[in-house]
Amino acid sequence: MKKEFYNIAKLVTTNAKILDVGCGNGELMKYINENISKDIRGIELSKSNVQKCVEKGLTVIEGDAEKDLKQFPDNSFDFVILSQTLQAFLDPENVLNELLRIGKKAIVSIPNFGHWKVRLHLLLKGTMPVTENLPNEWYNTPNLHMCTIKDFENYCKQRNIKINLKNLKFQNLFSELGIFILEK
Amino acid sequence: MSEKDKIKTLFVKKPLKLDCGQTISDFPLAYETYGKLNNKKDNAILVFHALTGDQFASGTNPITKKDGWWNYALGPGKAIDTDKYFVIAANVIGGCMGSFGPSNINPETKKPYGTNFPVITINDMVNAQYNLLEYFKIEKLFSVVGGSMGGMQVLQFVSNFPNKAHTAIPIACTASHSAQNIALNELGRQSIMADSNWHDGFYEKQNKQPDKGLAVARMAAHITYLSKAGLQEKFGRKLQERDDLKFSFDADFQIESYLRYQGSVFVDRFDANSYLYITRAMDYFDLTEKFGGNLSKAFEKSDTKFFIISFTSDWLYPTSENREIVIALNAIGKNVGFVEITSDKGHDSFLLDVPDFLNTVRNFLNKSYEKI
Repeated sequence: MKKEFYNIAKLVTTNAKILDVGCGNGELMKYINENISKDIRGIELSKSNVQKCVEKGLTVIEGDAEKDLKQFPDNSFDFVILSQTLQAFLDPENVLNELLRIGKKAIVSIPNFGHWKVRLHLLLKGTMPVTENLPNEWYNTPNLHMCTIKDFENYCKQRNIKINLKNLKFQNLFSELGIFILEK
Repeated sequence: MSEKDKIKTLFVKKPLKLDCGQTISDFPLAYETYGKLNNKKDNAILVFHALTGDQFASGTNPITKKDGWWNYALGPGKAIDTDKYFVIAANVIGGCMGSFGPSNINPETKKPYGTNFPVITINDMVNAQYNLLEYFKIEKLFSVVGGSMGGMQVLQFVSNFPNKAHTAIPIACTASHSAQNIALNELGRQSIMADSNWHDGFYEKQNKQPDKGLAVARMAAHITYLSKAGLQEKFGRKLQERDDLKFSFDADFQIESYLRYQGSVFVDRFDANSYLYITRAMDYFDLTEKFGGNLSKAFEKSDTKFFIISFTSDWLYPTSENREIVIALNAIGKNVGFVEITSDKGHDSFLLDVPDFLNTVRNFLNKSYEKI
């Protein structure tokens, strides 16, 4: 399992009610389900990934986070997880609002466009950065709204979204990934 | 003993009050079982059939000698594995495979009920079949499963008996029959009633069924079970055993010949009045009605884990209608999974060899069974 998933799993509490938005093939859900909380479910766009989740015995619905989060009532989950897909939504602001509406806490991870490798790549090569966390070229990337850790922090400050940083040490220059716990 | 006499039948003694107001008792409920009920009695699955199905879901139907209607999905080693699970399937009341229906003899007149048979509903069907749990002394079913009208029965069952099934798989169905689907059913009914052999439903006098009307009803319905892409791929404009158009009204095209065949074989196995009654039951189905239009309330008391399945090319019970059930369950925090399976085989996909669908059913059941 990806190191990122271990880090996210550390942030959820035992037997919490959890929704994994864009849960992929269910790797993180399976880990949490077996080790931390049985009360976890996912929503996933890809049909083949949905089937992989079913194979693992996980609860999953096929759906689009941009449209289908509205069916969940306010505060219906203790944690809502969104891993590395925020920048790929057409309207990430709306998705963030929905996460914070349906979850008491939202765990959001973003690939950091402010990492030194990214900065150096652009500075030296003059081409769009391609890294481990950002493997695509400019013409086929699903990432529509890239941001840096600093951008994201500024955004949350503006919107009065509380960032809980307690368990995390990350810096805009040295972290390839930012993991945030958000609260309204 | 004829094959018909060998049909397993539970005579339900307990009176059943129907939605129409009448009460029936001492009525036959024909059923079939597959696999073995284990000692813990925790491996039972109740399978509900669709409009023209019956209790013979797997193996060879002893009456029609054709494959059981769910042979792809149900049987030893299959998605609903009868080596593992004990499957019960009953003929719905109103049907014509041994359960109480309009072709049964009315003891008062010594003639078939015909259209004197009471109008039944999905709710009545499910309440009748609930007697099978008592008969087999099953405290809680492992699952209730069904597609199309069978899916409606799954929803009704969970709503009526919220603690009687660990899991439920409603497939390609709806919680409220749409205007389009009522219209299509009415087309079929009018076709039967327009046949001069129908005689207001008392056709036994002539010893002739309204075969033509019933065949046309089946032809029209059959089109709705397929998809445009599926039809085009299978038939296109291919001609039937001829090189050129005949400039007549013969079945020039393969699709015409196919539909005529489907109509003609259907009348040999199905009763025209049953077709009227069962389509009516589907039309009357609106699970939200009793709950002020709020579908969530129908499932409020349920502890059942749902998995809902729809198909991309199903325009009869489209994904949007299946998704409404998912939304209603999520709105009250119930455990629900959902997937839309890609298939160009239309509404009929649930009856056919669609591997993604069959794998999903298999995985959901087997993984859920580990956890009960």
